[in-house]
Amino acid sequence: MNFELPNIALATPEITLLCLTCLVLVIDLFVPQQKRIVTYLASQLSLIIVFALTISSYAEQSSFAFSNTFVRDSMGDVLKLGVYISIFMVFLYSRDYLKQRDIFIGEFYVLGLFGVLGMMVLISAHNFLTLYLGLELLSLSLYAMVAIHRESASASESAMKYFVLGAIASGMLLYGMSMIYGVTGSLDLAEIAATAESSSNQLLLIFGLVFISVGVAFKLGAVPFHMWVPDVYHGAPTSVTIYIASAPKIAAFAMLMRLLIDGLSSLQAQWQDILIILAISSMAVGNIIAIAQANMKRMLAYSAISHIGFLMLGVLTGQQSGFAASMFYALAYSLMSLGGFGMIILLSRKGFEADRLDDYKGLNERSPWFALMMLIIMFSMAGVPPFLGFWAKLSVLKEVVAADSLLWLAVVSVIFSIIGAFYYLRIIKLMYFDKPEDTTAITADMDLRIAISANSLFVLGLGLFPGMLLALCLSAISAS
Amino acid sequence: MGVEKIIFYIVALIMVSSATMVITVRNPIQAALFLVLTFFASAIIWMLLEAEFLAIVLVLVYVGAVMVLFLFVVMMLDINVDRLREGFTRYLPIGVVVAVAMVGMLITVVGSDNFGLDKIAEPERHLADYNNTKALGSELYTKYVYPFEIAAVILLVAIVAAIALTMRRRDNTKYQKPEDQISVKREDRVRMVNMPTEKKK
Repeated sequence: MNFELPNIALATPEITLLCLTCLVLVIDLFVPQQKRIVTYLASQLSLIIVFALTISSYAEQSSFAFSNTFVRDSMGDVLKLGVYISIFMVFLYSRDYLKQRDIFIGEFYVLGLFGVLGMMVLISAHNFLTLYLGLELLSLSLYAMVAIHRESASASESAMKYFVLGAIASGMLLYGMSMIYGVTGSLDLAEIAATAESSSNQLLLIFGLVFISVGVAFKLGAVPFHMWVPDVYHGAPTSVTIYIASAPKIAAFAMLMRLLIDGLSSLQAQWQDILIILAISSMAVGNIIAIAQANMKRMLAYSAISHIGFLMLGVLTGQQSGFAASMFYALAYSLMSLGGFGMIILLSRKGFEADRLDDYKGLNERSPWFALMMLIIMFSMAGVPPFLGFWAKLSVLKEVVAADSLLWLAVVSVIFSIIGAFYYLRIIKLMYFDKPEDTTAITADMDLRIAISANSLFVLGLGLFPGMLLALCLSAISAS
Repeated sequence: MGVEKIIFYIVALIMVSSATMVITVRNPIQAALFLVLTFFASAIIWMLLEAEFLAIVLVLVYVGAVMVLFLFVVMMLDINVDRLREGFTRYLPIGVVVAVAMVGMLITVVGSDNFGLDKIAEPERHLADYNNTKALGSELYTKYVYPFEIAAVILLVAIVAAIALTMRRRDNTKYQKPEDQISVKREDRVRMVNMPTEKKK
């Protein structure tokens, strides 16, 4: 038997992160509760190391390893860098929040890092098997993280809901994959693409595609598979909500790209229709139901659903520039979502959760600086120039307009985003024109204040100079 | 009709009917035992597909270990089945409609029109000396080594998650603290009280 040693060096970031996470797990065992900060610092250091490793070995072109189950390309590397930054911010934001609720435990960080590993595997997957395993690694970490606050009944309930629905979605995804395997006889995405093109059995391929789309739509939280999103976002501790709302969206974008573009590009006519329905219903339901929410976390959850609708618009054009626009959207949304949930954490304190809209009344009187930061995030999410969210929406819409016979879709999405602007602007009205109900001073630590400010200013800065990130996305997509 | 076909239809019938029983019987113990039967029947179908190793592993791991554990848990918990089954009849009509529609559509798509032998050729049959286990092992540890390692990481996450979610110290449970017991001093336990001596009458 001849066995060729795989090019292990390509997967250095993944392997390093796995080793470092196991190290964190062991270190955590020997650290007393008062010094739990060591685990936190070790986790942050792990992310920095992996960040440096990925940057230093940035892939200019696609290369494969482990019998083509693993691909390293520039799209994957850019997305991975986005994931590391998001999770670094998540850990930073959530430290005090966890301490105040007595869940400042090592498992949060270990599971968080395993989730990062899952996202990396998912982003670099070039085979149905690795894609599924990466997704499960991510999901399993998320289920446990949602339930990590055991005293909270709502957290346990939402974890249960998330777990059961997630298992059903995984089942759907696997069933679709098995159908496609049945037709093409391969799990490798490139081979599937080659066989599917010439296959006489298009009906079965479409059948598999439908089930795969259902599974992906669930993981993305697109309507009509969105039922878990508001409940999980609301029920989970905010430190976990911010995790779910940021980096996994980047990974989900990668999953969409790998499955539909790398694997099933010959079925573009079919998945374009599916994505149009998902996108329109997500934008409609997300934006309209968000208006009726009185809870900040639920409102942002519905806003996430509508943003996912927008994200799909770029992918469904089937053009390279459209993919780049969606990639830009995913990265931009992740940054804005970090800012939005970060603000909830900033205003919360021991025994108090600032997740009602009323808690934002008169924020300007309590802290003009943070009201300004929140204003930036909300304007950006609503898509007001010159903030980052505007450019994200603009670049996606530009692609939809440029595509053949999709102008109506662009018009519909603009209408829904105008409806959506209402609830973002309502927050700004509450902050600037209402009297505060609660006049307690904001007691967050200095690093959290600086991080939130940096996050918002980043949204502003990237909005003023959007060319750089957009060019990065374009070059990453066209290189891979 | 060959012997294989007859065996397949018998076993498939057992599998589908026992799978239906799993979700319809009232007693959770019976449901678990029907699940064992389902696993056993699917092991036989795998055997027909020449996947001998997987068939044996299914029986050893699922039937032998997982289901026994499952039975232990079911016996230890006092599950009120009737309460769990509330709403079953309420949602039955719509459930039946959805299920029938789904099965109808599945049969038209997955039927022999699309998966017949003329569309997808019959896999090559192996000789009696073909070693299934060896082939599986060499594929698993060479071609699929990366997915294999990730699967191992998933199991590690499952361990971490299970321990993080179940290991807890309840405040109201009573247990001994040896370190406190050892370091106890006389002053903690015995209080010296000065009392006036009683007068004898």
